[in-house]
Amino acid sequence: MKKIVRPCGLHCIKINHFGVSFGEQVVLTDVNLHIHCGTLTSVIGRNGAGKSTLIRGILGEIPHEGNLEFRNTQDGKIRKIKIGYVPQKLQLEAAAPISVYDMITSFRSRTPVFLPSKKQRLRALEALEEFAAEELIDKKVGMLSGGELQRVLLAMAVMDDPDLLLLDEPVSGIDKNGMDLFYEKMKYLKEHHDLAVVLVSHDLDYVARYSDQVILLEETVVSSGSPWTVFSSPEFKRIFGGASYELKKEVFHEPHVH
Amino acid sequence: MSLMFTEFLRYDFVKIALVAMLLMTPMYGMMGTLVVEKKMAYFSDALGHSALTGIAVGVLCQWANSTVSMIGYAVVFALLLNQIRYREKASTDTIISVCASVSLAVGLAILSRGGNFSNYSSLLVGDVLSMTEDDLKVLAVLFVITVIFYVICVNSALAITIHPTLAKVKGYSVRWMENIFAVLVAVMVTFSIRWIGILLINALLILPAAASRNIASNMRQHLCLAVFFSVLCGFLGLFLSYFVNVATGPVIVIFAGVFYFATLIYSGVVRE
Repeated sequence: MKKIVRPCGLHCIKINHFGVSFGEQVVLTDVNLHIHCGTLTSVIGRNGAGKSTLIRGILGEIPHEGNLEFRNTQDGKIRKIKIGYVPQKLQLEAAAPISVYDMITSFRSRTPVFLPSKKQRLRALEALEEFAAEELIDKKVGMLSGGELQRVLLAMAVMDDPDLLLLDEPVSGIDKNGMDLFYEKMKYLKEHHDLAVVLVSHDLDYVARYSDQVILLEETVVSSGSPWTVFSSPEFKRIFGGASYELKKEVFHEPHVH
Repeated sequence: MSLMFTEFLRYDFVKIALVAMLLMTPMYGMMGTLVVEKKMAYFSDALGHSALTGIAVGVLCQWANSTVSMIGYAVVFALLLNQIRYREKASTDTIISVCASVSLAVGLAILSRGGNFSNYSSLLVGDVLSMTEDDLKVLAVLFVITVIFYVICVNSALAITIHPTLAKVKGYSVRWMENIFAVLVAVMVTFSIRWIGILLINALLILPAAASRNIASNMRQHLCLAVFFSVLCGFLGLFLSYFVNVATGPVIVIFAGVFYFATLIYSGVVRE
C-alpha cells in the first residue's frame, strides 16, 4: 500500500519578483506568489497572459528574473524544492515501442529499461495503482487515450514525492465525467500527499469549486486570493468580461486558511 | 553446408571480418534503437556523408591517417549540428540538409582536384575483408564503450526523447546527453566507413532497429530484436557476399531490408 502522508501545512513556496522577457517583449513582470503545501492553486487568465510561461519559468526551462524559495515555516530552513510536472501531451507516435513501464522506469529508476526488474515493476505498479492505471503498465504510451495518459503521467509525477506539482492545462480534451474525476483526484492528492498543486486552467467552473487560491494573471498578478475574491474582482470582470459568468456563492470552494 | 563453412573460414581475413561483424552489428543494432526513437536517422546519415569532407580535411592538412581526420571532422560536425538544432527554430530536417550538403560539396571539391576522386571511390562501398587485427582491437574498444554507454545512458536518452522538459525536471542533463550521444554515433559511423562504405553505413544503423520497431511492444523487445536482426544480417551478408563475390555492405543491407518489409507486413497482418 502506498504510504499516505498528510500535508503538514508547514512548508511554503514563495515566488519572488518573477519576470520573463523574450527579447524586447515582456511576458511576465514582478509576479509574486505564496503557496502553501496541501493547497490547490489555479492560474487563470486569457490566452497569452503568460500562464504557461510562468510554469516554464518555475520549471527552469526558460531564463527568468526573480527567484523561488522553498521554506519550512516553523524553523525557517530553506531547502531545495522537488518539482513534479505533468505536461499537456507527449510527442510520441503510436508505433513507438515504449511501454508505460519503460517510460516510468526511464524517468524514475537507474535500472536500464531493457533489464527485467521485479522490484522496479512493483514500484511502477504501486504508483499506477493510486490512479487506477495499473492495467496500463504494458501498453504502448503512444496508444493511450488522453485520460489514460494523464493518469499515467500523474502517477509518475507523484511517485517521486514532489513538494510542488505543476500541471499545464491538464484537462484539455477530456469530457465532463473525466473532468470531475480529475479534480476529485487533485483534491485527493493535496489531502493525502505532502505537496502543493499549481495548475493552469481554462475551466472556470472547476477552478471556482476546487481551488484554495486563484491567481489571475495578465503579465503580472492582477488579482489573487480565494476563488470568490478573485471571481468577484473588477479585474476578473474586465478580463473575462460580459462572458456572463454567473456567480453563485454556494458553489465556490471556501479554502481553509493556514 | 559444413563444407561451405570450412571453405568460408579458410582465410584469416575472413575470420577477422567475421569477428568484426560480430562486434559491429550488435553495436549498430543497439544504438540504432535510440537513433530511430530520437528521429535522428537523417542526422546519422549526414554524419556518414561528412566522412568524405573529413578525409578532404586530412588531405589538406597532409595528415597520414585519414581515419583520424574523418572521425575528428565528424565529431566536430555532429556537435555543430546539435548546436544549430538548439538555436534554430526552423525544421531540423532542413538545417541538417543544408549543413550536410555544404560540407559534402566542400569535401568533394577538395578531393576531386585534378580529377583524382577515383582514388577515394572505394570508400563509397567499403571492403570488410580489408580489416586488420589492429582495426579489430580498436573496434573491440569501441564496442565496450558503446555497451557501457547504452547501459548507463539508455534511461536518460529515452526520457529526453519522451519529453525533454520532464527529463530536465528529473535532473537529466539534456544538452550533455545529446552531445555525448551525437559524438558516439559520429565515431561509430565514421570508424566503420572503410568496411561498410559511406553510402550504406547509415542503413546498417537504421534498418535493423526499424525492423524491430515494427513488431516490438516495449524497449526490451526493441533492443533484443534490433540486435538479433543486425547480427543475423551481418552474418548472412558476409557469408553470401563471399560466395557470390559482391561487396558485403550492400548484401547486408539487402537482408536488413527484407527483414524490415517482412516485419512491416507481419505487423499489418497481426493488426488486422
